[in-house]
Amino acid sequence: MNKSTVGKVYRPAQTYQVGREGIGDFARAIGDANPLYLDPAAARAAGYADVIAPPTFLTAVGNRFEADNPMFDPEVEVDFSRIVHSEQRFELARPVTAGDELSVTVTITQIKDVSVHELLAWETTFHDQEGALVATAFGSVISRETAAPKTERGV
Amino acid sequence: VPAYDEVEVGTELAATTYPVRRADLVRYAGASGDFNVIHWNERTARAVGLPDVIAHGMFTMAELGRFVTDWAGDPGRVVSLGTRFSRPVPVPDDDTGATVTVSGKVERKDDDRRTVVLALLATTPGEDGQPVKVLSGAKATVRLA
Repeated sequence: MNKSTVGKVYRPAQTYQVGREGIGDFARAIGDANPLYLDPAAARAAGYADVIAPPTFLTAVGNRFEADNPMFDPEVEVDFSRIVHSEQRFELARPVTAGDELSVTVTITQIKDVSVHELLAWETTFHDQEGALVATAFGSVISRETAAPKTERGV
Repeated sequence: VPAYDEVEVGTELAATTYPVRRADLVRYAGASGDFNVIHWNERTARAVGLPDVIAHGMFTMAELGRFVTDWAGDPGRVVSLGTRFSRPVPVPDDDTGATVTVSGKVERKDDDRRTVVLALLATTPGEDGQPVKVLSGAKATVRLA
């Protein structure tokens, strides 16, 4: 991978409109019938403006912007067939809620060799239409056996 | 919803097993927008050295999240969820598919923030039937009243 791309920032021009259908489809796909994901009345009764999303729903938001994904950026030189997910973490200031209009910013935070593999790490922030931070996602992948061969000392 | 004062450090949470079938992966691909071929095409999965089609890591993590949100009652109380992906979950092309079992315990409490940290683990049965760790070092932070 191209280590000079560390620090590169991606800001998709479009926002992501969080809707009841998108949340409902995601909740059903993970087999979760929690009424706070599916029933606006139940969500309001719990104090939310509308249905809320499961914590990992943010991955669907991020996947929406393929053109602004480091993994698909030719400059980063990722061989997608060698990629495995290594770590993922979400820090949520509040639950994502139907009606949110999310702006996404992705920053490449690290590219380094890990023995014969390479690691690519990024950070994604999600802000709402008021400019408030809703969540931050931290992810990393391993690119299997793509590290440049090491030159042996003294040879 | 568990009350903060009643939660005790060291308490084990009952393990829960979730199904992972091919149909679940198709549905998840559509809902998440992750269409990586190794999650639905056996020919491609085997060509890159995998034993079979494998589940999306984020699908397995979503089941980890479900375990936490079911415990918390209100999913909006989850303030942090993270994991390492240690092994893939192969999903055979039959009606039963694979399973993921999530377990956890209360690791610590923060009285100032009124948050509880859960230490979690997800496994899938290996070829010999023994559990194989698929998510490791997983933690969730939940804010309780």
